[in-house]
Amino acid sequence: MAETKPKPKLNKKAVEMNKQEPKVRAKNFNEVALGYTEEQAQEEASRCLQCPKPQCVTGCPVEVPIPQFIKCIREKKYAEGIAIIKSKNALPAVCGRVCPQETQCQSKCVIGKMGDPVSIGRLERYLADWEREHGFQLPPKAKPTGKKVAIVGAGPAGLTAAADLVKLGHEVTIFEALHVGGGVLFYGIPEFRLPKAIVQNEVEYVQKLGVELRLGNLIGRTHTIPELMKNGYDAVFIGSGAGLPQFTGCPGENLGGIYSANEFLIRVNLMKSYAFPEYDTPIRIGKHVVVIGGGNVAMDCARCSMRLGAEVCLLYRRSRDELPARHEEIENAEEEGLVCKFLAAPVEFYGDEKGWVKSMKCICMELGAPDEKGRRSVKPIPGSEFTMDVDTVIIAIGQTPNPIIQRTTAGLESNPKHGTINVNEVGKTSLEGVYAGGDVATGAATVISAMGAGKRAAKAIHEYLMSKK
Amino acid sequence: MEAPDVAAKAQPGQFLIVVPHAKGERVPLTICGYDRKKGTVSFAFHEVGKTTKELACFNEGDCLLNVTGPLGNPSEIKKFGKVLCVGGSIMIAPLLLQVKALKEAGNRVTTVLGCRSKEFLFMQKEAEALSDKVYIASDDGTIGYKGLDFLKELLKKEKFDRCVVLGPVVMMRDVSEITKPYKIPTIVTLTPIMIDGMGMCGVCRVTVGGKMQFGCVDGPEFDGHQTDFEELIRRQRTMLPEERVGSLLWETSGGCKCGRNKA
Ligand SMILES: Cc1cc2nc3c(=O)[nH]c(=O)nc-3n(C[C@H](O)[C@H](O)[C@H](O)COP(=O)(O)OP(=O)(O)OC[C@H]3O[C@@H](n4cnc5c(N)ncnc54)[C@H](O)[C@@H]3O)c2cc1C
Ligand SMILES: Cc1cc2nc3c(=O)[nH]c(=O)nc-3n(C[C@H](O)[C@H](O)[C@H](O)COP(=O)(O)OP(=O)(O)OC[C@H]3O[C@@H](n4cnc5c(N)ncnc54)[C@H](O)[C@@H]3O)c2cc1C
Ligand code: SF4
Ligand code: SF4
Ligand code: FES
Repeated sequence: MAETKPKPKLNKKAVEMNKQEPKVRAKNFNEVALGYTEEQAQEEASRCLQCPKPQCVTGCPVEVPIPQFIKCIREKKYAEGIAIIKSKNALPAVCGRVCPQETQCQSKCVIGKMGDPVSIGRLERYLADWEREHGFQLPPKAKPTGKKVAIVGAGPAGLTAAADLVKLGHEVTIFEALHVGGGVLFYGIPEFRLPKAIVQNEVEYVQKLGVELRLGNLIGRTHTIPELMKNGYDAVFIGSGAGLPQFTGCPGENLGGIYSANEFLIRVNLMKSYAFPEYDTPIRIGKHVVVIGGGNVAMDCARCSMRLGAEVCLLYRRSRDELPARHEEIENAEEEGLVCKFLAAPVEFYGDEKGWVKSMKCICMELGAPDEKGRRSVKPIPGSEFTMDVDTVIIAIGQTPNPIIQRTTAGLESNPKHGTINVNEVGKTSLEGVYAGGDVATGAATVISAMGAGKRAAKAIHEYLMSKK
Repeated sequence: MEAPDVAAKAQPGQFLIVVPHAKGERVPLTICGYDRKKGTVSFAFHEVGKTTKELACFNEGDCLLNVTGPLGNPSEIKKFGKVLCVGGSIMIAPLLLQVKALKEAGNRVTTVLGCRSKEFLFMQKEAEALSDKVYIASDDGTIGYKGLDFLKELLKKEKFDRCVVLGPVVMMRDVSEITKPYKIPTIVTLTPIMIDGMGMCGVCRVTVGGKMQFGCVDGPEFDGHQTDFEELIRRQRTMLPEERVGSLLWETSGGCKCGRNKA
């Protein structure tokens, strides 16, 4: 680290990002990762080889011009750097934090073959944070086209599509059901991974581009899609996400103290009940929390629970190797005190005389042969039941799209099994002028894939609108 | 309250969610009336906890942070024949919206107004103007019949094709039990705790006919003969200690500071 002259080839180790200490951070909701300093960013940027055919770009679903923005950091042209990112990615402060870079851009970086890949996400975050401190620059806007587009949902898919379409000169309105924009970025991903002030900033940026954001508008109830089309909108993009929680179906699931991951995260993040009673929405959490599931959502629930003072056990029916959550998140959670119980599943919940959960029966599982996707099957081991005392259970076993839109839009085709809206490669649905993308079309996925879908659909909508007289 | 988007679409049986201010809760309230031309909707509420007490401090011209709606499925309104409408306490107000609609659809409507005691009875005149027949009942017998037992006698004498109940959960449970032997289809409006009101959190789950249903998107109206009321009552109480804390703290810190949310 004493090396000061940029000699990239020798520098196999990435510059670490400062983090809050596990013991401290396990008790607060402040952001865990603290970001690079200017010196750290310079040093990390110097590791990039500026490849003429950059492989990293092929790993990014929205094709951020990675070497170009890294070059700007080296030359301290920060304003130019952020403009380059924003030409492809409207939400860099978010992506820099929550993209699974280890499987996307960074997995393709050539330096990765010799040592740590360039920390592209951390550098992206550095520029986005720099911009937030130094004020936004608005890009030039195209001439008004006179066309109107309605966007359903202010999550990453909707925000991206809106930003692209407004820049092309269309009049864009986002209809969002909740009282704040951001989708999962606001209500799902906790404050300590993605501060809400940042999400709000990114939403405001999209508004400053000229997008109208109408909150408290549940499409399917307040307006329906056919009504929007009748009332002057030339095209609609549906980015309503996958927000319908799944339950286990085990007896006793409706006892008090048993939350869906969504209820728990909505209370804690959206309604900020970690700050109850300053904020009015309460959360009740006991000493012994069991989180059922093994994805990123389960990790977030577990880490929130620990911050609210509980001891947390994660119950996952497969083994550690199959955990779908990001590696970094599992590590973070275990550092903060998470205990994992693998190869076990819930069977029944028991309550006390007031109807609050007090214990649960589980059964041990064993792994079987892998299926065609390579995921190993599991089956219960007869006679292996055991019970444990719990006072809070959080069920994080997946979400599917909310069916309100499908139910209220005649002719909109969807997958009967998963409830996802059927689309082609650019997001076109079975209805003319209606496009969809993000979790509502793919099922629960990632922020950046939702943004990629929003981008492709925006392009297709633009072509559709301009070809229509 | 002005909310043109809600007013344009509202129908009897639906509800809305209001968020008073940036630190506030999302509270569901049933729609009691709407004026599509003026773009206004009305609702009535009981001051039971912090948020409803705060709402009571709002003056004309004040702004709420957000209103979402209309939510939930509208009531089924058509000609059934003879309809018995039973309303309890504050829910009498939204009940009368249904009474009006049922009347306009050509039904003969008998309305029962229930209250704790005489001084809590309200909208009696409105009910009388809208219905073919009105009965009054109070828990303590200070006005009208004492309790709802008189309904048993009424059902022995009169035949009804449908019964609609809006009120406290125990009242909806009791009325459902009374109508069950007569196989009168009985529609209750369930009020589980809600947060988003759009099917995202699942806190509003209720058991109807042995199946899990979401109060906000599958309801709020359900078949009273199939509803697990005991579970609903238990689930409504899950946050009670915290709610008391919130409400007490608010009151001890000076309570209503009218105008602090003015926009
Ligand atoms: C707890 C959690 C943690 C996650 N962590 C990560 C992570 O670390 N990295 C990562 O890449 N991904 C992560 N994800 C996944 C990622 O957040 C989602 O894939 C992404 O947000 C999907 O974006 P979207 O725009 O399709 O939908 P959403 O973000 O779900 O947004 C949809 C929006 O539409 C609104 N809406 C829904 N229905 C209607 C309607 N009828 N009318 C109007 N508005 C409506 C919703 O209120 C919401 O605001 C996580 C998800 C969760 C739940
Ligand atoms: C679909 C629906 C329609 C409703 N319509 C009306 C209405 O027209 N008029 C009216 O006065 N009330 C109505 N309610 C109930 C109203 O939402 C609650 O009284 C309100 O949320 C209480 O908020 P608070 O902060 O003042 O009280 P809190 O301090 O939150 O709670 C006080 C008491 O109210 C109960 N409660 C809390 N939240 C809810 C809730 N969401 N639903 C039911 N009970 C709750 C608690 O268990 C507690 O006993 C309705 C509820 C639902 C779900
Ligand atoms: S948007 Fe995500 S995948 Fe693309 S470069 Fe940035 S961090 Fe990497
Ligand atoms: S692949 Fe790695 S080294 Fe090459 S340009 Fe991309 S980030 Fe730089
Ligand atoms: S209120 Fe959240 S799902 Fe019904």
